[in-house]
Amino acid sequence: MAKTIAEINEKIKQGKVVVATADEMVAIVKDKGAKQAAEDIDVVTTGTFGPMCSSSMYVNVGHTKPKIKIGGGEATLNDVPVHTGLAAVDVYLGCTQLPADDPRNKVHPGEFKYGGGHVIEDFVAGKDIKLSAKAYGTDCYPARELETTINIKDVNEAVLFNPRNCYQNYNVAVNLSGKIIYTYLGMLKPGLGNANYCSAGQLSPLLNDPLYKTIGIGTRIFLGGGVGYVTWQGTQHNPGVKRNENGVPMAPAGTLAVIGDLKQMSKKYLMGVSFQGYGSSLNVGIGIPIPVLDEEIAKFTGVSDAEITAPIVDYSEAYPQGIAENLGSVSYAELRSGKIKIQDKQVPTASLSSYPKAVEIANTLRDWIKAGKFSLSEPVANLPGPDSGYTFGPLKTK
Amino acid sequence: MASKKAVLRFPEKLIDQPIISRLVREHNLEFNILRASITALDEGLMVLELKGDQAECSKGLEFLKQLGVEVRPLDEVILRDEDRCTSCGVCHTVCPAGALVLNRETGATDFKQEECIGCELCIPACPPRAMLTRFNCK
Repeated sequence: MAKTIAEINEKIKQGKVVVATADEMVAIVKDKGAKQAAEDIDVVTTGTFGPMCSSSMYVNVGHTKPKIKIGGGEATLNDVPVHTGLAAVDVYLGCTQLPADDPRNKVHPGEFKYGGGHVIEDFVAGKDIKLSAKAYGTDCYPARELETTINIKDVNEAVLFNPRNCYQNYNVAVNLSGKIIYTYLGMLKPGLGNANYCSAGQLSPLLNDPLYKTIGIGTRIFLGGGVGYVTWQGTQHNPGVKRNENGVPMAPAGTLAVIGDLKQMSKKYLMGVSFQGYGSSLNVGIGIPIPVLDEEIAKFTGVSDAEITAPIVDYSEAYPQGIAENLGSVSYAELRSGKIKIQDKQVPTASLSSYPKAVEIANTLRDWIKAGKFSLSEPVANLPGPDSGYTFGPLKTK
Repeated sequence: MASKKAVLRFPEKLIDQPIISRLVREHNLEFNILRASITALDEGLMVLELKGDQAECSKGLEFLKQLGVEVRPLDEVILRDEDRCTSCGVCHTVCPAGALVLNRETGATDFKQEECIGCELCIPACPPRAMLTRFNCK
């Protein structure tokens, strides 16, 4: 019998809710079947923790005396430039932003030791952050310079806003060339020396709701250790890719834009990272609850690593040149075994996203729900689905 | 039979002397040079694995110290910041020595210090920069 989100929330309130992580759900569905699992389990919690480059924060730092209009001027946080194209004291910082004097890849591969992601981590950790600003001065905002420190506990708003997180599936990166390459999927050794991947697989939020039946705009989520919401489909959302018989996309597909109060979050789940030769980014921890409304959703959440496949892509040529071809596909079960076979060669594998942290997030969210601290929200609108015609196209340069 | 891995730093005045040769001859030790370089400060730096009688290993390291060589056990030099390691596993294919490996039971990345050869490839390859060197090895 189908359940509703309202009924599940009532069970949460009464302390009667039954929650399983997406990891646990694999065995539950296998042992009991989807029908029974749908009756027994109310919520499945998912989790993922990995580098997500479209992550950012905006901060309202508060007004100084005399006032300054940083908007339209220039500003940095810990020497990392922030976007100032907003109102007087709203600043915006993306995790890939670098200090002006960072050497980047001048000596290849660059180290990218400190960028926007690290500022976000330090800020959420409660450290004082140096704010420097220059303004042109107006009648109502006469100050032209500002040099101070800000702290997350004192600013008016600190909001994590990520235009693209939670990729539903991802490429496995390899290198067919004869030299080492440095990518956002790590260092890739020449001649298929290693294969790097980045997905929580059977624990990953959108792989447990492949057709976006429950996750939509307004869905309440675990974000960076606090509570956040899905605000929109993420950029590059591409629901129309090829799917297997269970609806699971066989290539990077859906994405989510998410938002949440940074003041509630923790550096445990927001970690600045440096990709040698590539740049800085932010490791983001996200967990999404999936209400098991019916047998179909139970079946979806029972998906296992063996049933999810990812395309193997050459990052020395096909990826940078935008050539849509791959070297076949491989399951996450194979990837997690530590070795896969490509073109008759045994290739060692490594992951960019942390499975142990994903498990920790799914467990934490399960505990929150069981303790009645987190209830489920009805999406206010659905994400564009596989048949919507919504797609991800290239830029045609003119 | 004991095995010890150490990071040795040779001051400029010792660079032209056959110290390792004397170490091996006088203490009957086997050695394996894991790394050797001359640094910008005109110092010599070597990561050395010594194998032999336990007492002779200790005496050999003492002999080096008396000559003015700075000796640090390798497991005090390459360290992991446990708060920053997320066990993502990207180091598994970077480490050539099998010191950073997947623990199949827990899913975590184990750091087996006894396997580490001090190459430092993991340090820039780790995205959260969890791997550290405490003794400027460059």
